[in-house]
Amino acid sequence: MRVDFTSVQLVDVSRHFGRRRALSHVTLAAASGDILGLLGPNGAGKSTLITILATLSTPTTGEVRYGGQPAARLGPALRIRIGLLAHELHLYPELSARQNLAFFAQLYGLDPRSTVDAALESAGLADRADDAVSGFSRGMRQRLALERALLHHPRLVLFDEPFTGLDDRAVGIVSDRLRALAAGGAIVVLATHDLDLADGLVTRVALVRSGRLVSDEPASTGLRARYRALIGAA
Amino acid sequence: MFVRTAWLVLRKDFAIEVKSLEVLTTTLFFAISCVLIFAFAFVKNGQAPEDAAAGILWIAIAFSGTLALGRTFERERYSETLRALLLAPAPRPALYVGKLLGMLALLAVAELLLVPLIAFLFQAALFSRPLLLAAILAGGTVGFSAVGTLFAAMLVRARSRDVLLPILLYPITIPVIIGGVRGTAALLASPVDEPGAIMWIGILAAFDVVFVTLSLWTFEPLMTE
Repeated sequence: MRVDFTSVQLVDVSRHFGRRRALSHVTLAAASGDILGLLGPNGAGKSTLITILATLSTPTTGEVRYGGQPAARLGPALRIRIGLLAHELHLYPELSARQNLAFFAQLYGLDPRSTVDAALESAGLADRADDAVSGFSRGMRQRLALERALLHHPRLVLFDEPFTGLDDRAVGIVSDRLRALAAGGAIVVLATHDLDLADGLVTRVALVRSGRLVSDEPASTGLRARYRALIGAA
Repeated sequence: MFVRTAWLVLRKDFAIEVKSLEVLTTTLFFAISCVLIFAFAFVKNGQAPEDAAAGILWIAIAFSGTLALGRTFERERYSETLRALLLAPAPRPALYVGKLLGMLALLAVAELLLVPLIAFLFQAALFSRPLLLAAILAGGTVGFSAVGTLFAAMLVRARSRDVLLPILLYPITIPVIIGGVRGTAALLASPVDEPGAIMWIGILAAFDVVFVTLSLWTFEPLMTE
């Protein structure tokens, strides 16, 4: 079954871990072309939201709809339209860059011969393709992880703190890639607590605090002031 | 897609193991050490207690298997690659099968070393009925690994996973270990208790069917946070 969608909606989503409420009644939507910034302090529930959107976790109550359909109805085929880059890079350090990309390409049913070289080129790692990832710098790993997450051209691209440990040049590369993805019709969701990086990059802002959505609005200038007013000191 | 995914996971684990040799060496080293310690303790004047070989073989398999299970999934915890696997559009039970096959291959290598070593050190006639022995080893190893792989995957994000794994695993797999020990002891009896060994093979096969089916059924819900 081929699955595609142009919007994703969280409808009254709550997520509890025992007695702790990680998310509480969050209703949120994003459409193709959006770069939705999930902003909030540490522990606000951003990563839980990303995990739920990625289908790695299920809401305790409420549901997530991909193009109007709940995840359970779409089955495993939904996951071919989702890409995730988290703080942990989802790479095997013992394997080479090429082996990592080839493994994930095959896992997504892609032909590694036609995808891996292009991804290595895009990551700027063509000359280190056969080196073990354990020998790479954080920036190199992050670039490789980005390509791994995008190998299958996902519709919904989820980034959880993707700028951690990157230098300015690498941040610029990742930011440009995010803009290009959105321009190409992807739904980009970016969870970060770094307002400086989010400012000017995101097209919509969802502010989260203590598991609750406190604001969902188009991005405008003065993001820091808005954040300070709704969340507290930034 | 199911078979292909299981094969990809198995091949990936094999590629990592070829580079690091981490799990294989620790498992084999532990298994051999275990057997040697028992040999020093029990073998007196070239004579070992009756049935000791059967028990020691299965203790070595269970303990080294537990060590291997922990290490195999530690690899998926580092860098959170298990999440990347779960995010793939493949049926999630196929990931379980790939991991299970990796464990079976690893324990098969350990058993290839353990059986002749125990036969030699304990003067045990383990090769008197090689096909029956192979069936008992296969039945016991599948049952033990089926439950172990499920629990190890389930506990991968638990802080005290190293403590919890044996606590959860051994009580559940006790029937398999008993089946393995009694089946092997039947082969070591003089004369060989062939009907007894065949009965234990049947019981182990039944356990395997139950454990593998339950594991395949529960893997996806257990792995979804």
